[in-house]
Amino acid sequence: MKFVDEFRDPAAARALVSAIGDLAGDDEFKFMEVCGGHTHTIYRHGIEHLLPANVELVHGPGCPVCVIPMGRVDDAMWLAEKPDVIITSFGDMMRVPGSRGSLLEAKARGADVRFVYSPLDSLKIATETPDKHVVFFAVGFETTAPSTAVTLVRAKDLGVTNFSVFCNHVTIVPPLKAILDSPDLRLSGFLGPGHVSTVVGNRPYRFVPEVYGKPIVVAGFEPLDILASVHMLLAQLREGRCEVENQYSRVVPEEGNPQALALLAETFELRPHFEWRGLGFISQSALKLNDRYAQFDAEMRFDMPGVRVADPKACQCGEVLKGVIKPWECKVFGTACTPETPIGTCMVSPEGACAAYYNFGRLHRETALLVGGPPSRG
Amino acid sequence: MCLGIPGQVVEITDAAGHLAKVDVSGVQRTISIRLLAGQPVEPNDWVLVHVGFAMARIDEHEADLTLAAVKQMGQSYTDELEAFEATAIV
Repeated sequence: MKFVDEFRDPAAARALVSAIGDLAGDDEFKFMEVCGGHTHTIYRHGIEHLLPANVELVHGPGCPVCVIPMGRVDDAMWLAEKPDVIITSFGDMMRVPGSRGSLLEAKARGADVRFVYSPLDSLKIATETPDKHVVFFAVGFETTAPSTAVTLVRAKDLGVTNFSVFCNHVTIVPPLKAILDSPDLRLSGFLGPGHVSTVVGNRPYRFVPEVYGKPIVVAGFEPLDILASVHMLLAQLREGRCEVENQYSRVVPEEGNPQALALLAETFELRPHFEWRGLGFISQSALKLNDRYAQFDAEMRFDMPGVRVADPKACQCGEVLKGVIKPWECKVFGTACTPETPIGTCMVSPEGACAAYYNFGRLHRETALLVGGPPSRG
Repeated sequence: MCLGIPGQVVEITDAAGHLAKVDVSGVQRTISIRLLAGQPVEPNDWVLVHVGFAMARIDEHEADLTLAAVKQMGQSYTDELEAFEATAIV
């Protein structure tokens, strides 16, 4: 861990915080961090407490587990309850509540639900259990979708016939547009998602400055990355610039990963519309398998109910996902809704704003000590 | 979900199938390097691993930083590492 110190250097953090304060002056700024990984870092290190009170970070929709609507979980439950089906998904997805409980609860009732680390693990289960049909419940942004794409290509190459994908992959740009079009929120700029950008590059974000006149900085995941990115956003605004900048260039290439993008184009196409939890239906915001891979499309293979289910009334995940309210402002936060018994998706995933705040956000003293002062709040 | 864990390539186990064995904090498993096809990937290189796939080549400096950040995530890291160890790909 010889390099870590420079990214945790209290003097560097102090200098950045001071420079942020100088640039911000007395004006109000509100920046949205799009990615759940950033939300996690911000709460883990209490970064919102380091920043001046007039520089606010609000959490965005970039938690792929959080944005899956209840109806899609119900469809997965319906599949899981078929006796000849094995349903597989990532661990985070297992506890997401649908209207009839979660996949974990279906498993407890005897359904064959299996947690996998990789979509390729699902394919392996299919090849090992030829008498069952294996459905991979696929979730994730452009970071994860290429992995499903490779798995589909592999399944086709191997001629596997008992494997399909229930595709819930989503794309990052349409919800950003939806948020920018929403009258609820006045944002000064965005921290762009780090790992999504390793795939898509920086070009897809150009509409943010060009159409909406807001700066965006693709950010890394260390505390100093977040502070440096906030500083870059403020510098743009103060210098009258408005562009896409890449703070995380040590990992994110300008053009993304052409190989991954080619695999996405080979296997998927855009859906006309897709429902996001809390954000409603967004046009061309999700992926489905294209005609070349239709034989692996669980939605073609099974006559799924596809019923739209409204979120529980008490749940305010939608407002949290749009950055309109903070997790602790939700009526059920920490009382009826906890990581052990989540009502809403934001409390399930470690990247969900509510779970991150519940687990870490309340413990800010570590960071306060890091910069050598008492905690400013809470 | 978009968690990426740095792994060091131990060997290319199947060049045609784009498979490599990587070491993450002492745990080894086979991952796909298909998403890096066209880029040279060799033993001792560091890659960012996401759901069983190398998604980017990184340098040792970045690997160190990311590993430290991911370890701080506590339970998420433990879960990820256990899953990494427990499963295998076709």
